[in-house]
Amino acid sequence: MRDTGGFKVYRAVVLTVLGLFVLVPLYVMVTSSLKPLSDVQGAFTWWPSNLTLDPFVDMWKTVPLARYFVNSTIVSVVATVFSVAIAILAAFAVSRFRFRGRTVFTTTVLSTQMFPGVLFLLPLFLIFVNINNSLGLQLVGTRLGLIITYLTFSLPFSIWMLAGYFDSIPRELDEAALVDGCGPMGALARVVLPAARPGVIAVAIYSFMTAWGEVLFASVMTTEANRTLSVGLRQYSTQTNVYWNQIMAAALVVSIPVVIGFLLAQRHFVAGMTAGAVK
Amino acid sequence: MTRATTQRRPGLSRRLPYLLLAPAVLLELLIHIVPMLVGIWMSFVKLTKFFIANWSAAPWAGFGNYRLAVDVDNAVGAGLLKSFGVTIAFSLITLAISWGLGMAAAVALQPPFRGRSVVRTLFLVPYALPAYAGILTWNFMLQRDTGAVNHVLVDNLGLTSDRPFWLIGGNALASLITVAVWKLWPFAFLTLMAGLQSIPRDIYEAASVDGAGSIRQWRNITLPSLRPVNLVLVLVLFLWTFSDFNTPYVLFGTGQPPAGDLITFHIYNASFLTWNFGSGAAMSVLLLIFLMIVTGAYLLITGRRSRRA
Amino acid sequence: MGREPASGSRRRLDGTRESDVRLRSLVAAAAVSALGISLVACGGSDSGGSDGGSGGGDQTLTYWASNQGTSLDNDKEVLTPVLQKFTQETGIKVNLEVIGWNDLQTRIQTAITSGQSPDVVNIGNTWAASLQATEAFLPFDGDAMSAIGGKDKFVPTALATGGKEGTDPTSVPLYGLAYGLYYNKAMFAAAGLQPPKTWEEMVTAAQKLTIPAKKQWGMALAAGSYTENVHFAFINGAQNGADWFDAQGKPTFTSDGNVQGVLRYLDLMQKDKVANPSNAQYDNGTKSVNDFATKKVAMVINQNNADSSIVANGMKVGEYGVVPFPSPSGGKQVASHVAGINLSIFKNTKNKDAALKFVKYMTDAPTQTTLGKPFASLPVLKDAKPVFTTDAAEAAIFQEVYNKMSKPLPLVPAEDQFESTVGKAMNAMFAKIATGGTVSAEDVKTALKTAEDQVAASS
Repeated sequence: MRDTGGFKVYRAVVLTVLGLFVLVPLYVMVTSSLKPLSDVQGAFTWWPSNLTLDPFVDMWKTVPLARYFVNSTIVSVVATVFSVAIAILAAFAVSRFRFRGRTVFTTTVLSTQMFPGVLFLLPLFLIFVNINNSLGLQLVGTRLGLIITYLTFSLPFSIWMLAGYFDSIPRELDEAALVDGCGPMGALARVVLPAARPGVIAVAIYSFMTAWGEVLFASVMTTEANRTLSVGLRQYSTQTNVYWNQIMAAALVVSIPVVIGFLLAQRHFVAGMTAGAVK
Repeated sequence: MTRATTQRRPGLSRRLPYLLLAPAVLLELLIHIVPMLVGIWMSFVKLTKFFIANWSAAPWAGFGNYRLAVDVDNAVGAGLLKSFGVTIAFSLITLAISWGLGMAAAVALQPPFRGRSVVRTLFLVPYALPAYAGILTWNFMLQRDTGAVNHVLVDNLGLTSDRPFWLIGGNALASLITVAVWKLWPFAFLTLMAGLQSIPRDIYEAASVDGAGSIRQWRNITLPSLRPVNLVLVLVLFLWTFSDFNTPYVLFGTGQPPAGDLITFHIYNASFLTWNFGSGAAMSVLLLIFLMIVTGAYLLITGRRSRRA
Repeated sequence: MGREPASGSRRRLDGTRESDVRLRSLVAAAAVSALGISLVACGGSDSGGSDGGSGGGDQTLTYWASNQGTSLDNDKEVLTPVLQKFTQETGIKVNLEVIGWNDLQTRIQTAITSGQSPDVVNIGNTWAASLQATEAFLPFDGDAMSAIGGKDKFVPTALATGGKEGTDPTSVPLYGLAYGLYYNKAMFAAAGLQPPKTWEEMVTAAQKLTIPAKKQWGMALAAGSYTENVHFAFINGAQNGADWFDAQGKPTFTSDGNVQGVLRYLDLMQKDKVANPSNAQYDNGTKSVNDFATKKVAMVINQNNADSSIVANGMKVGEYGVVPFPSPSGGKQVASHVAGINLSIFKNTKNKDAALKFVKYMTDAPTQTTLGKPFASLPVLKDAKPVFTTDAAEAAIFQEVYNKMSKPLPLVPAEDQFESTVGKAMNAMFAKIATGGTVSAEDVKTALKTAEDQVAASS
């Protein structure tokens, strides 16, 4: 906008303040993960008294972290794949078709964003149990139950964003594909989706992050065998000690895939949000 | 040039949108709608530990649970109201600060400079981190004797000699706000940055030629252009913050301080931790109604002044 | 005119369109991956719930154990050989799951709600009356009680925790625990002090041993843990002869004895200043025990399973001693509540006889002796000797406390609400003291009144 001296000062101040605000906790997380236990139990120091990778080794044993990792990965990836697929279909319908109940659908779906989790936690649990009793399909204490739950959680936002994004793709492209003999689904696959790639990536990232970080339902719906990271990390405060260095190490390891994925694709995320949200 | 019309198979195309919607509708029914209806039913029933094993036998309570929840003369209602107040304060302050920081950063990073993408990437990290990782780190930093925050305040900067508590007592709300802002502001930053990119340069150039200063430009050009973005952003930020469960749950664990008693945890406490699911359900319904009213009013007020794009 | 058709929609020689083919293969790929993924997703499921087992004779029990050892894995290691022996003796297999304390109550709740429950479960014995009220657990009536060995084999105070007075208990004692006052022998000797026999002596000793220059405090309190706090509210109230519920089960939190008892405990940090204000952040007993084990404080009041933490953190057996938690002069000799773990059978179990056999096995002398040491528990059986420590004096003290000087927490359905409301009120009061405020007897009474109202309103 302006390259005046005043602006430069403003920018410097903003960058410094926000930079510190963001960086200091990250710094603490990283350095604490390299500290011996005595360091994190005593007064805080900026630098480890002696750099050690032990927390990264021990953390797998104190708590079955590997299992939690696998569970979280499976649940998040599968939930994301299906959530995106279903959202694409629904968003396409909302964007490209005028049909009875369209407004009802969009309003209802958006309003589910407002439901406090605690309201439907226990009822959902009961419904899953009833499904088990009547259909024999086990949903509580399985990854499948969590997957279904998480993929539904990210649907409203995804549908809304994708619909907005699809809206910004000109109908001419669809028409061209239809002229060439594709059905509407062909138009979706061949024309709309490729043009909406940033939006799709954005909702995929959003779905993954939602699933990866969810705490409340995971704490109620999982058992030890399929526990996810969000709940599993709490178990580091065991009977004899609170292993802060291992907690920080685990937090770091658990965050890296999500953060790297997010940052690599943030360009698409921004583009997706620009077209989808700015409507 | 006429556009060729496609041959549509009438039956299919009329049914197609419904087919496309079907999976989403089914899932929403299963996971959101039906449980919510059951939850509403639960709020009219005395579902306590005595009936949890046989919930169809739970006695009807009518509006009893609701009356209990809003009766500010008794402990339950008073507690709920207080928690509501704390949550409103928390949400508004967090929202304001997050938006402010996001806007400040979006404006500062608008013109390109060397290293801009690095800075932008860095700023997004708190939002990208899984919630519990960031909150656990802050929990560690806010410990009174071993935490980084007190180390900076007391040992490094010497601002005070009395080591303050951050996770209990009156400071708890400030801690909650800080952590929530830390996680949330990058989202505002991201959204506003995206919005800023769609404002054409020439408007600003024309304005500066006319002699308008930076702040004037921001007020008269940036803000109005960002109106559609801001409308949605502010609402989303408020709803997310108000319903935040993870932050108090992970930050305070079992030692929830009254100063930081957010309503979602308060309700969780009132149902799961005391077995009074009927009362908890009533509180959740009230919360839902409140959020719907806020959203409705917000959309009404803002919709009156803007036209649909 | 005529735009070049999009590449995928050209007709191929066999008449199909590339786009259709591609679409079809996309769908096929999606279907296959969906199938594959759902198979993966279905893995890792737990078949909770008790099956009768496949075909004659082979029964399996599902058992949820609580965390008594140093970690969930440690518990598994300790229990597995014990369970294998049971299988050898009876042919009944046991499916074990160890559940951490921050999850156990929720898991039990969801089990009760859904009807998908294990056969046998450990419960914190203070939950017994509350869980009994859900009617989801098997009462140990005459037949059931004789099946597990008869009620006379148990220590009476322990058995009393099994359910509401005058009713058939729905749980039986498994591991006993009691509070004791641990003190650092060297610090006491250096200051020429004897282990305290009354509350007043304890405070005096603690004050002498609070040396700011050495960063040493007299006592460490788990002042941020609502469960620990409510236990002491109860014990101190009991020392004053006060009860928390009357005979009809109505809360009597604001009686003078309770108010004074709570205030006395709060004053350790407030008036006597023998505890570090930071203790208000200690949300579980581990942290205060750690301070004792690392010699930062001279005394700590904890249940007898603190021994394993103390030793793990460097103190040796013999460096510390234990006395009963003292009462004020003239007060009732109550040194602990009856703490511990009980064992319950779910009413909807399909393997009632097997479950009863299991309960008998777990509460029989051999198993009790085996598990006593790793789980640092006191025996719930009459005439059994504690094995959790090699220090005979300490063992004798704890046994005395458990058998003769302990009182069960209120045996009413609202007990769990009592714990959470009073405990959290105390957390808040400690926080107020730690951050520089003062709490008077009036303040305590007001806080307890609020707690009482909360319990009354939600019953």
